[in-house]
Amino acid sequence: MADQPTPAPTRPRDAAIGSGLGRVLLLVYGIFALSASARALVQISTHFSEAPLAYLLSAFAGLVYLAATIGLAVGGVRGRMIALVSCTIELIGVLIVGALSIADAVAFPDDTVWSRFGSGYGYVPLILPFIGLWWLWRNRPSYPR
Amino acid sequence: MNGPLSTATIVVALVLGVWYLVRTAMNRAPSNTDLWSMLALSALVAILVVVAVVGLFTGDRPADWTTFVGYLITTVAFAPVAVYLARLEPTRWGTLILGVASLVLPVLVLRLQQIAEVTGG
Repeated sequence: MADQPTPAPTRPRDAAIGSGLGRVLLLVYGIFALSASARALVQISTHFSEAPLAYLLSAFAGLVYLAATIGLAVGGVRGRMIALVSCTIELIGVLIVGALSIADAVAFPDDTVWSRFGSGYGYVPLILPFIGLWWLWRNRPSYPR
Repeated sequence: MNGPLSTATIVVALVLGVWYLVRTAMNRAPSNTDLWSMLALSALVAILVVVAVVGLFTGDRPADWTTFVGYLITTVAFAPVAVYLARLEPTRWGTLILGVASLVLPVLVLRLQQIAEVTGG
Protein backbone atom coordinates (compact mmCIF):
# COMPACT_ATOMS: atom_id res chain seq x y z
CA MET A 1 0.00 0.00 0.00
CA ALA A 2 1.24 3.44 -0.89
CA ASP A 3 2.31 5.60 1.99
CA GLN A 4 -0.54 8.12 2.04
CA PRO A 5 0.16 11.32 3.95
CA THR A 6 -2.26 11.47 6.87
CA PRO A 7 -4.89 14.19 6.44
CA ALA A 8 -4.95 16.96 9.03
CA PRO A 9 -6.87 16.03 12.20
CA THR A 10 -10.36 17.48 12.45
CA ARG A 11 -11.05 20.20 14.96
CA PRO A 12 -13.05 19.27 18.07
CA ARG A 13 -16.41 21.03 18.33
CA ASP A 14 -15.64 22.60 21.71
CA ALA A 15 -12.23 23.97 20.70
CA ALA A 16 -11.40 27.62 21.46
CA ILE A 17 -12.72 30.23 19.01
CA GLY A 18 -9.13 31.30 18.39
CA SER A 19 -8.13 27.97 16.85
CA GLY A 20 -8.75 26.41 13.46
CA LEU A 21 -10.13 28.97 11.01
CA GLY A 22 -10.35 31.27 14.04
CA ARG A 23 -6.55 31.47 14.09
CA VAL A 24 -6.54 32.59 10.45
CA LEU A 25 -9.10 35.26 11.42
CA LEU A 26 -6.84 36.19 14.33
CA LEU A 27 -3.97 36.86 11.89
CA VAL A 28 -6.14 38.86 9.46
CA TYR A 29 -7.74 40.92 12.26
CA GLY A 30 -4.26 41.50 13.67
CA ILE A 31 -3.06 42.81 10.30
CA PHE A 32 -6.01 45.20 10.11
CA ALA A 33 -5.63 46.31 13.73
CA LEU A 34 -2.00 47.18 12.99
CA SER A 35 -2.54 48.85 9.60
CA ALA A 36 -5.60 50.91 10.65
CA SER A 37 -4.03 52.06 13.94
CA ALA A 38 -0.68 52.85 12.35
CA ARG A 39 -2.38 54.77 9.56
CA ALA A 40 -4.43 56.76 12.08
CA LEU A 41 -1.34 57.45 14.18
CA VAL A 42 0.56 58.85 11.19
CA GLN A 43 -2.45 60.87 9.99
CA ILE A 44 -3.27 62.34 13.40
CA SER A 45 0.33 63.15 14.29
CA THR A 46 1.25 64.75 10.95
CA HIS A 47 -1.81 66.47 9.43
CA PHE A 48 -4.76 66.09 11.79
CA SER A 49 -6.47 69.37 10.84
CA GLU A 50 -6.92 68.37 7.18
CA ALA A 51 -9.65 65.81 7.81
CA PRO A 52 -10.24 65.31 11.55
CA LEU A 53 -13.37 63.19 11.06
CA ALA A 54 -11.69 60.72 8.70
CA TYR A 55 -8.62 60.39 10.94
CA LEU A 56 -10.63 59.87 14.13
CA LEU A 57 -12.63 57.27 12.22
CA SER A 58 -9.37 55.54 11.21
CA ALA A 59 -8.34 55.44 14.86
CA PHE A 60 -11.76 54.10 15.89
CA ALA A 61 -11.61 51.39 13.20
CA GLY A 62 -8.15 50.43 14.44
CA LEU A 63 -9.49 50.04 17.99
CA VAL A 64 -12.42 47.92 16.78
CA TYR A 65 -10.06 45.58 14.90
CA LEU A 66 -7.80 45.45 17.93
CA ALA A 67 -10.76 44.50 20.15
CA ALA A 68 -11.81 41.75 17.73
CA THR A 69 -8.25 40.38 17.70
CA ILE A 70 -8.11 40.38 21.50
CA GLY A 71 -11.57 38.77 21.73
CA LEU A 72 -10.51 35.92 19.45
CA ALA A 73 -7.24 35.48 21.32
CA VAL A 74 -8.82 35.52 24.80
CA GLY A 75 -11.72 33.20 23.93
CA GLY A 76 -14.22 31.85 26.42
CA VAL A 77 -17.48 33.64 27.25
CA ARG A 78 -15.85 37.05 27.62
CA GLY A 79 -13.67 36.78 24.51
CA ARG A 80 -16.66 35.66 22.47
CA MET A 81 -18.66 38.65 23.69
CA ILE A 82 -15.82 41.09 22.87
CA ALA A 83 -15.42 39.56 19.40
CA LEU A 84 -19.18 39.56 18.78
CA VAL A 85 -19.60 43.23 19.74
CA SER A 86 -16.55 44.37 17.74
CA CYS A 87 -17.51 42.36 14.64
CA THR A 88 -21.00 43.89 14.79
CA ILE A 89 -19.64 47.44 15.15
CA GLU A 90 -17.23 46.66 12.30
CA LEU A 91 -20.08 45.50 10.03
CA ILE A 92 -22.21 48.57 10.82
CA GLY A 93 -19.15 50.83 10.47
CA VAL A 94 -18.05 49.54 7.07
CA LEU A 95 -21.62 49.75 5.71
CA ILE A 96 -22.34 53.27 7.03
CA VAL A 97 -18.91 54.77 6.29
CA GLY A 98 -18.81 53.00 2.93
CA ALA A 99 -22.18 54.43 1.93
CA LEU A 100 -21.40 57.93 3.30
CA SER A 101 -18.00 58.10 1.59
CA ILE A 102 -19.69 57.53 -1.76
CA ALA A 103 -22.72 59.76 -1.10
CA ASP A 104 -20.82 62.64 0.54
CA ALA A 105 -17.22 62.61 -0.68
CA VAL A 106 -16.58 66.11 0.72
CA ALA A 107 -16.88 64.90 4.33
CA PHE A 108 -14.33 62.15 3.64
CA PRO A 109 -11.51 63.83 1.72
CA ASP A 110 -8.93 61.33 2.96
CA ASP A 111 -9.34 57.58 2.98
CA THR A 112 -10.02 55.37 5.98
CA VAL A 113 -10.08 51.57 6.01
CA TRP A 114 -13.85 51.64 5.63
CA SER A 115 -14.10 54.27 2.84
CA ARG A 116 -15.86 53.01 -0.30
CA PHE A 117 -16.55 49.72 1.49
CA GLY A 118 -12.84 49.07 1.94
CA SER A 119 -11.97 49.16 -1.77
CA GLY A 120 -8.44 50.33 -0.92
CA TYR A 121 -7.94 47.05 0.93
CA GLY A 122 -9.41 44.72 -1.70
CA TYR A 123 -12.85 44.88 -0.06
CA VAL A 124 -11.54 42.63 2.71
CA PRO A 125 -12.96 45.05 5.37
CA LEU A 126 -16.42 44.42 3.87
CA ILE A 127 -16.13 40.61 3.79
CA LEU A 128 -14.28 40.18 7.08
CA PRO A 129 -17.15 41.02 9.51
CA PHE A 130 -19.42 38.53 7.73
CA ILE A 131 -16.83 35.77 8.08
CA GLY A 132 -16.19 36.80 11.70
CA LEU A 133 -19.88 36.79 12.65
CA TRP A 134 -20.46 33.50 10.80
CA TRP A 135 -17.51 31.96 12.65
CA LEU A 136 -18.79 33.13 16.05
CA TRP A 137 -22.31 31.92 15.18
CA ARG A 138 -21.03 28.50 14.10
CA ASN A 139 -19.08 28.19 17.34
CA ARG A 140 -21.78 29.38 19.71
CA PRO A 141 -21.95 27.29 22.88
CA SER A 142 -25.40 25.85 22.00
CA TYR A 143 -24.43 24.80 18.46
CA PRO A 144 -26.19 21.46 17.71
CA ARG A 145 -23.65 18.68 17.98
CA MET B 1 14.13 49.39 -3.27
CA ASN B 2 13.05 48.63 -6.84
CA GLY B 3 15.86 46.24 -7.70
CA PRO B 4 15.74 42.58 -8.69
CA LEU B 5 15.75 41.64 -4.98
CA SER B 6 12.25 43.11 -4.49
CA THR B 7 10.99 41.44 -7.63
CA ALA B 8 12.43 38.09 -6.54
CA THR B 9 10.80 38.46 -3.11
CA ILE B 10 7.41 39.23 -4.65
CA VAL B 11 7.62 36.31 -7.11
CA VAL B 12 8.75 33.81 -4.45
CA ALA B 13 6.00 35.01 -2.07
CA LEU B 14 3.30 34.69 -4.74
CA VAL B 15 4.45 31.20 -5.80
CA LEU B 16 4.56 30.05 -2.17
CA GLY B 17 1.16 31.66 -1.51
CA VAL B 18 -0.49 29.74 -4.35
CA TRP B 19 1.24 26.55 -3.19
CA TYR B 20 -0.11 27.00 0.37
CA LEU B 21 -3.63 27.66 -0.95
CA VAL B 22 -3.47 24.43 -2.96
CA ARG B 23 -2.24 22.59 0.15
CA THR B 24 -5.11 24.11 2.17
CA ALA B 25 -7.62 22.97 -0.46
CA MET B 26 -6.08 19.48 -0.20
CA ASN B 27 -6.69 19.60 3.57
CA ARG B 28 -3.01 19.36 4.49
CA ALA B 29 -1.46 20.65 7.70
CA PRO B 30 1.76 22.63 7.22
CA SER B 31 4.60 20.16 6.66
CA ASN B 32 8.17 20.78 7.74
CA THR B 33 8.97 21.71 4.14
CA ASP B 34 6.13 24.27 4.18
CA LEU B 35 7.41 25.83 7.40
CA TRP B 36 11.04 25.87 6.22
CA SER B 37 10.00 27.43 2.89
CA MET B 38 8.29 30.22 4.81
CA LEU B 39 11.43 30.71 6.92
CA ALA B 40 13.46 30.89 3.69
CA LEU B 41 11.07 33.60 2.48
CA SER B 42 11.55 35.37 5.84
CA ALA B 43 15.31 35.31 5.24
CA LEU B 44 14.85 36.79 1.75
CA VAL B 45 12.64 39.53 3.21
CA ALA B 46 15.18 40.17 5.98
CA ILE B 47 17.93 40.71 3.37
CA LEU B 48 15.62 43.10 1.48
CA VAL B 49 14.93 45.06 4.67
CA VAL B 50 18.65 45.24 5.58
CA VAL B 51 19.41 46.60 2.09
CA ALA B 52 16.61 49.17 2.54
CA VAL B 53 17.92 50.23 5.97
CA VAL B 54 21.45 50.66 4.55
CA GLY B 55 19.85 52.73 1.77
CA LEU B 56 18.29 55.00 4.40
CA PHE B 57 21.77 56.00 5.57
CA THR B 58 23.59 56.11 2.24
CA GLY B 59 21.07 57.05 -0.45
CA ASP B 60 18.07 59.32 -0.82
CA ARG B 61 15.78 59.19 2.16
CA PRO B 62 12.04 58.80 1.39
CA ALA B 63 10.05 61.96 2.17
CA ASP B 64 7.77 59.98 4.47
CA TRP B 65 10.57 58.08 6.15
CA THR B 66 8.77 57.40 9.47
CA THR B 67 6.04 55.49 7.61
CA PHE B 68 8.78 53.77 5.61
CA VAL B 69 10.51 52.57 8.79
CA GLY B 70 7.14 51.44 10.19
CA TYR B 71 6.52 49.37 7.08
CA LEU B 72 10.07 47.95 7.25
CA ILE B 73 9.52 46.74 10.83
CA THR B 74 6.12 45.22 9.92
CA THR B 75 7.54 43.56 6.82
CA VAL B 76 10.51 41.95 8.54
CA ALA B 77 8.38 40.67 11.45
CA PHE B 78 5.50 39.44 9.32
CA ALA B 79 6.61 36.04 7.99
CA PRO B 80 8.12 34.85 11.32
CA VAL B 81 4.80 35.68 13.09
CA ALA B 82 2.96 33.65 10.45
CA VAL B 83 5.31 30.69 10.99
CA TYR B 84 4.75 30.96 14.75
CA LEU B 85 0.94 30.96 14.33
CA ALA B 86 1.06 28.16 11.75
CA ARG B 87 3.07 25.99 14.16
CA LEU B 88 0.31 26.47 16.76
CA GLU B 89 -2.25 25.27 14.23
CA PRO B 90 -1.40 21.78 12.88
CA THR B 91 -4.49 21.64 10.64
CA ARG B 92 -5.31 22.87 7.13
CA TRP B 93 -5.87 26.30 8.69
CA GLY B 94 -2.21 26.48 9.64
CA THR B 95 -1.42 26.13 5.94
CA LEU B 96 -3.96 28.87 5.16
CA ILE B 97 -2.18 31.16 7.66
CA LEU B 98 1.04 30.68 5.67
CA GLY B 99 -0.92 31.29 2.45
CA VAL B 100 -2.50 34.53 3.67
CA ALA B 101 0.85 35.79 4.95
CA SER B 102 2.62 34.95 1.67
CA LEU B 103 0.00 36.85 -0.29
CA VAL B 104 0.09 39.92 2.00
CA LEU B 105 3.91 40.18 1.81
CA PRO B 106 3.98 41.32 -1.86
CA VAL B 107 1.53 44.09 -0.92
CA LEU B 108 3.89 45.23 1.85
CA VAL B 109 6.85 45.20 -0.56
CA LEU B 110 4.86 47.17 -3.16
CA ARG B 111 3.87 49.74 -0.51
CA LEU B 112 7.54 50.03 0.50
CA GLN B 113 8.42 50.68 -3.14
CA GLN B 114 5.71 53.34 -3.44
CA ILE B 115 6.89 55.16 -0.32
CA ALA B 116 10.55 54.88 -1.36
CA GLU B 117 9.85 56.44 -4.77
CA VAL B 118 8.76 59.73 -3.21
CA THR B 119 12.03 61.28 -2.11
CA GLY B 120 12.15 64.87 -1.06
CA GLY B 121 14.50 67.22 0.48
